[in-house]
Amino acid sequence: MELNDIVAKAEAAIAAATSPQELDAVRVEYMGKKGLLTEQLKSLGKLSAEERPAAGQAINQAKQEVQQAINARNEELKQAQLAEKLAAERIDVTLPGRRAAVGGFHPVTQTIQRIEQFFGDLGFRVEEGPEVEDDFHNFDALNIPANHPARADHDTFYFTPKTMLRTQTSGVQIRTMEKEQPPLRIISPGRVYRNDYDQTHTPMFHQVEGLMVDTDVSFTQLKGILEDFLVNFFEESLEVRFRPSYFPFTEPSAEVDVRRKDGQWLEVLGCGMVHPKVLQAVGIDSEKYTGFAFGMGVERLTMLRYGVNDLRAFFENDVRFLKQFN
Amino acid sequence: MKFSEKWLRSWVNPALDQVALAEQLSMAGLEVDDVTPVAEAFSKVVVGEVTKCWQHPDADKLQVTEVNIGEAEPATIVCGAPNCRQGLKVAVATIGAVLPGDFKIKKAKLRGQPSHGMLCSSSELGLNDDHDGILELPQDAPVGMDYREYLELNDVTFDVDLTPNRADCLGVRGIAREVGVLNRIEVNEPEIKPVTASHQEQRAIVLDAPEACPRYLGRLVRDVNVTAESPLWLTERLRRSGIRSIDPVVDVTNYVLLELGHPMHAFDHDKLSGAVHVRMAKAEEKLTLLDGNEVTLQDDVLVIADEEKALAMAGIFGGEGSGVTVDSKNIFLESAFFAPEAIAGRARRFGLHTDASHRYERGVDPELQRTAMERATQLIIDICGGEAGPIVEAKDERFIPQPQQVTLRQARLNKVLGIELDAEEVTEILERLGFGVSFADATWQVTVPTFRFDISIEEDLIEEVARIYGYHRIQAAAPAAQLRMVARQEAHVSTVKLKRLLIDRGYQEAITYSFVDPKHQALLFDETAALTLPFPISVEMSSMRVSLWPGLLGAVAHNQKRQQQSLAFCETGLRFVPDERAENGVRQEAMIAGVRAGKATAEHWQEGERAVDFFDVKGDVEALLALTGEAEAYTFVADSHPALHPGQAAAIFKNGKCVGYVGAVHPQFEKKLGLNGRTYVFELELAAVQQRAVPQAQPVSKYPSIRRDLAIVVPMQLAAGEVLKAIENIGVNHLVGLNLFDVYEGSGVADGYRSLALSLTLQHPERTLEDQEINTAVKAVVDMLTNEFGATLRE
Repeated sequence: MELNDIVAKAEAAIAAATSPQELDAVRVEYMGKKGLLTEQLKSLGKLSAEERPAAGQAINQAKQEVQQAINARNEELKQAQLAEKLAAERIDVTLPGRRAAVGGFHPVTQTIQRIEQFFGDLGFRVEEGPEVEDDFHNFDALNIPANHPARADHDTFYFTPKTMLRTQTSGVQIRTMEKEQPPLRIISPGRVYRNDYDQTHTPMFHQVEGLMVDTDVSFTQLKGILEDFLVNFFEESLEVRFRPSYFPFTEPSAEVDVRRKDGQWLEVLGCGMVHPKVLQAVGIDSEKYTGFAFGMGVERLTMLRYGVNDLRAFFENDVRFLKQFN
Repeated sequence: MKFSEKWLRSWVNPALDQVALAEQLSMAGLEVDDVTPVAEAFSKVVVGEVTKCWQHPDADKLQVTEVNIGEAEPATIVCGAPNCRQGLKVAVATIGAVLPGDFKIKKAKLRGQPSHGMLCSSSELGLNDDHDGILELPQDAPVGMDYREYLELNDVTFDVDLTPNRADCLGVRGIAREVGVLNRIEVNEPEIKPVTASHQEQRAIVLDAPEACPRYLGRLVRDVNVTAESPLWLTERLRRSGIRSIDPVVDVTNYVLLELGHPMHAFDHDKLSGAVHVRMAKAEEKLTLLDGNEVTLQDDVLVIADEEKALAMAGIFGGEGSGVTVDSKNIFLESAFFAPEAIAGRARRFGLHTDASHRYERGVDPELQRTAMERATQLIIDICGGEAGPIVEAKDERFIPQPQQVTLRQARLNKVLGIELDAEEVTEILERLGFGVSFADATWQVTVPTFRFDISIEEDLIEEVARIYGYHRIQAAAPAAQLRMVARQEAHVSTVKLKRLLIDRGYQEAITYSFVDPKHQALLFDETAALTLPFPISVEMSSMRVSLWPGLLGAVAHNQKRQQQSLAFCETGLRFVPDERAENGVRQEAMIAGVRAGKATAEHWQEGERAVDFFDVKGDVEALLALTGEAEAYTFVADSHPALHPGQAAAIFKNGKCVGYVGAVHPQFEKKLGLNGRTYVFELELAAVQQRAVPQAQPVSKYPSIRRDLAIVVPMQLAAGEVLKAIENIGVNHLVGLNLFDVYEGSGVADGYRSLALSLTLQHPERTLEDQEINTAVKAVVDMLTNEFGATLRE
């Protein structure tokens, strides 16, 4: 057979191969040990020395052509196979994923965390304390002696005349000042208790109290830090007003109102300059040091921030309510 | 403190409208809680006079009247009130009138008789809820006059929520003084003249406890007609202050209380025997109060007594049998100063709270008693007639509070407020407040009038100055402090981090009440005596929690009743364990707890769904423990706990100490707790998971690790944890991983036995392990398991 015919036949066979196996059979048929082209090379010996180089070159070229055709076909077949495999692996990517449930922090906790963050950035340390408290830390040390009318306002849950559920986290301030001298910057978040239960009161709620005592702490700074806080907490430049009030443990004292969208003022926290008797009771020189203290109701702030209408929802723990804050 | 705007304006009348006045008071620290109209809206009601009145021909209970309403023709009106009669002055709703409740008055026929209007009761006008027939107006009420105008009903009641320090404002006089100060205007005090004695009879007064009562004024008023009517202006002022009219004597003492802020009391003179004593009660002394309740007094309760017995709890509540009644003829009026310390807390002790005790325990002006006495005497005589005797004053100067001298340093004022105040303005503010002021050497010497008994130290003055100066005028400034970092321990695992992990594993943080239902708690913790609130909100909220479980299980039950079945809650907070050795008799330990119920995973198109089980919750706990970086320090030991399923409960130990539990809620409690199906809980002492070691880095081995699997057959009752612990304990050379990856029981394994498949991963830090070494290590494990537990290798 003529070389050209062999090549033409080989190329036709290569093109007809539909799988790597068929293709390999073609390769063996032409290029294998006993393949047609291999046989051609073997027959070179029969030619004269003059004819041999040209004939050899022709055969080698034919072999190369066939090999190239095989390679090309091989690549085509691989691509086709891959395409087929990929097509078979197609999935509906719009089906739901394997979702792991993720919960969330209680909204009251979220508010406390935000408050801690704001004041923490200013170097206020978080302090916590006991919830069953004695009358010294809950009242006496805060300049609320026995029989003081302010005690009646607290609706205290007493265990004994001397022990009670704390009505405010201020006791933590006392506990801190008993141990440490100024400068002091602390905030104390936590549960507090009042014997009152209706639309706007729950017998347990949360407060965050803050205290700063240093050599030059003043009322203007109290205004400054609280205005700063409220604007950052609500993330809007709302109107804030300080209204004179009375707390036995601060003087001067103020209540702080913010103006709601409907124009009404709403009380959000109480504050004042630490009463000298409070400092004296814990052995801090009230001439050298002054301080401010503030206290805020966490639920109230949370309700305002997130538009919660019913205080009691915070402690019912209905997941449909809680998940809104995740 | 409630009072009508018109009453206040009769004392002091600033050029401010109602809204601005309320705002001004609030911004001065006298918080106006509410401003309410003194009468509901109504119109076309006029004063009328019943000129004729006869029985309705066809109705027993109705009368037909002709009423002069100041028009040419009298109006014919049918009336059903029994007190309707000829000659009565009445309030007439004329045709076209609109009464509260949008009730329109039209021409009508009642049982055939035409009726052109309505005679009104006070409740029909929304003035109060009396149903005692129609209003009876004074005879001098001008016929035809608009009723609102007649009664000055276009008025509002201010309700001021006074702070405990401002008892001086518990009377219109105090509020008026404050308004005068704020507006720099004069206050028109009504002239209160001494009443000249028209007889000389008097009753002796003895101050047996002069510290508690250093001043007591008494006066006998004879021949008083207690059945006289209190005038309308008086009862209206009382009504607008929220006080009902009782009889003229009580009305007058209440009026003086509201006007001057000074409580008074009236006794029936003829029921007293001998001198009036102001003394401490004897221990166990009995007194029957005006409300009929008998109380047993203690010896720190001040009483008013006669020679025989206690008559009244001084400054708090009158007694039965000595008070003024309709039959009283001669009355003994009391106007006294009681020291706040002698009154404070006593009323509350007896469950009482009166207008008098409210004032006395906060303080009254120690110089006001005579003025109050004269005021009350005059009013009583004006209304009830009678003859006043001389005022008898018993006093002990030693204990009467004297005007305070208080020093205010300019430097201190500026330091506390943080601004430089003009000295002249400060002086002016103090003077306006009625203080005596002298200023020298940057210091004010201030004499405080007796009516401002709340002022005694420098800070009190600083507050007064700031308040009148205006808080709004004190600009805000950023606090300045030395920059010092807050100490933070890296080895501390924060509560937030622990909770965050649970949240990321699907838990919703709950906040449950610290007091729980004792019935539920007793089911779960029958051996623990909880702290009980003596006066709880309700029995269901009366027991302090000894664990976070009762609250969390309550949250699960609450949600399951609302179709929420798959739940995972976590909470941190204190538990309260009574303990004599702890501060205040209770250990308050921070806990972290969780509960899961329903599905472990949401229903998925490929994975299906699966109910939550013990190992889901245990896995959550193990994840928490892993945050400490030393999970191996904790062991789970099968244990019993009254709250938990006996076969699905584990105690969690850390270095030999029990720090928590995990398990399934005991099925016998599920129904009682309102739970729907299996519920799994865990609880750990927070402190036990809040410490971790700060990492000390080790080089990572570059050499291959080798895994060898073992399947051992062990008795069923042998805890897998024991096996794993034992392998860890023998210190296998180069063991870097140990995992229990299969548990098998059944065919091929003898009854009472099970097979545990374990993988051991070995790796050397500095070289490739030799087969020999690996075999030796594995053999050591197998030998140990055989010797310790009788384990055999599974074929």
